[in-house]
Amino acid sequence: MSAPPAPALLVPEAPQKAESIFHRNLATFAANRLAMASAVVVVLFVLMAVLAPFVAPHDPNETDLFRRMQPPAWLPGGEWSYALGCDALGRDILSRIIYGARISIFIGTAVILVATSIGILAGLASGYLRGWVDVVISRIVDILLGFPYLIFAIGLMAMMGPGLWNIILALAYKEWVIPCRVVRGETLVTRELEYVEAARALGASRWHIMLREILPNILSPVIVVSTIRMAHVIILEASLSFLGLGVQPPTASWGSMVADGRAFILEAWWVSTFPGLAILLLVLAINVASQGLRDAFDPRFQE
Amino acid sequence: MKTLLKVESLSKHYEGRRGLVGRLTGAPHTVVRAVNDVSFSVERGEILGLIGESGCGKSTLGRAILRLHEPTAGRVMFDSKEVTALDAPALKALRRRMQIIFQDPYASLNPRRTVAQIVGLPLRLHGLASSEAEARAITARICERVGLKANQLDRYPHQFSGGQRQRIGIARALVSNPEFIVCDEPVSALDVSIQAQIIALLLELKREMGLTYLFISHDISVIGYLADRVAVMYLGEIVEMGPVEAILARPRHPYTQSLMSAVPKVEASGRRARIRLTGDLPSPLHPPAGCKFHTRCPLALDICRSTAPLRETVGEGHIAACHRLGEDISLLEDGAA
Repeated sequence: MSAPPAPALLVPEAPQKAESIFHRNLATFAANRLAMASAVVVVLFVLMAVLAPFVAPHDPNETDLFRRMQPPAWLPGGEWSYALGCDALGRDILSRIIYGARISIFIGTAVILVATSIGILAGLASGYLRGWVDVVISRIVDILLGFPYLIFAIGLMAMMGPGLWNIILALAYKEWVIPCRVVRGETLVTRELEYVEAARALGASRWHIMLREILPNILSPVIVVSTIRMAHVIILEASLSFLGLGVQPPTASWGSMVADGRAFILEAWWVSTFPGLAILLLVLAINVASQGLRDAFDPRFQE
Repeated sequence: MKTLLKVESLSKHYEGRRGLVGRLTGAPHTVVRAVNDVSFSVERGEILGLIGESGCGKSTLGRAILRLHEPTAGRVMFDSKEVTALDAPALKALRRRMQIIFQDPYASLNPRRTVAQIVGLPLRLHGLASSEAEARAITARICERVGLKANQLDRYPHQFSGGQRQRIGIARALVSNPEFIVCDEPVSALDVSIQAQIIALLLELKREMGLTYLFISHDISVIGYLADRVAVMYLGEIVEMGPVEAILARPRHPYTQSLMSAVPKVEASGRRARIRLTGDLPSPLHPPAGCKFHTRCPLALDICRSTAPLRETVGEGHIAACHRLGEDISLLEDGAA
């Protein structure tokens, strides 16, 4: 993924050529090297997750008691076929990290997709229709915001029981509030602009105005916020798994791997450290990439 | 000529929000009377110029006529249909026939849609084209008519200059073949050289398509150039209205006279005394009692502070509302008053 020839795209007035704002923003993003590098890291993580059966050197759940807490390859007692060492049950940590990426990325993406879809609809309705719709939605948002996120998710998980779909539900249940507030705020501003009034003067329906006139113009901040929140959701999932409320063993998830190694952190630091680093790297990459997205897509950061 | 639009006692009031204390104690709402009891009519094929300074309610009036802002009271009759009583589907159908051109060519075009999408929208909304190809052809025709090139149809608004954008806005308003257009200061955001082009275009289009304009402006020279009749607005009310020649030659209301005195004149002897109004436009939240102009009027008497003047006919189709019309004072002539 090398940077495309940005200068050609950045020429402000390419004669007679249709140049959407989206393409111009994309070119700005591509010119930001740090953000591009982070985006590449995120893409690598995604590829790793998707292709896990092909790239993982071992079965992530295969135990080998002779390799209990085998250290990483570069330490005495390590070997390169188990590059990052083994955990207390003799499972290959690298393979488990690769498979664990599936859980983190799948849950992160699913929660954000569900939450953003709900948030966009609720925010548009709230901001454009106003009146009692706005009052009801805004009060629900306020109430949900009043709960500490993790406690809320723990409570829901305790009620629903562990499981992949329950985690997604438990996190999306509150996560939609964030895009909803962003969309509502942007909608309140955008609905007063003259092009929205023009659409009304032409006889456009509410649906047309909300989805065709307003939504495309407020999507940039929503995308930016959603990517930032994705990193947050990944951490929350890891926290739930760490507490034993997430995906159940033996399925590999980064949070539960960190928890597994907690008991022997002094004798076998690698059991917790490497999955922890994986969380750190992915979350950091997503954050930096989303900063780049914000700089490129949010008009308030454009000079 | 036949009356196309009739506005009867139209008012648009905005109620301010009351705080919790206000609601509990039952304090009255603060009311902004943006448009207050305005009546006039526009003949088919006519240009009625609506003039007044910023904040006097002229844009609100234009929007209330189109029901973009719901009027608080009064009636609007369009071609003998009562616009203010129509339900949503009937109003939508009528929107094809009455359109608006906005002041700000930057804010009035959706930045995410191409020219073809923006201009073609009314065709899609009202089912005026049987196919996409036909819609495109109609769009291309109207765009060329207003001075855009056919190969610019798929460009986005930010790729155009202000004048070109205003042409896009005009094309959008005209594509559905309307009869009546509210021009809400369509040239005041443009350079003077572009203003002349757009005004010429609007006049050509009016002649070709048989349009009727309500032309809102704060620039009396623009209004004087293109309007057939002029209505002068001050703090939500029409203070003087009449044929453009009569208003230009002999304005009767002191406010109109002060507006006229602000127009620069190129004449050897034409250094007329500029009537400077002191103070700002009073807040429409707390409009003055009596004649609303009395706080700034150089001719104000005691009666002006207590009693609102009635509209009086002062000439052929020429009305004004002032207590001192009978004295026939002109502030514009040298040495008068």
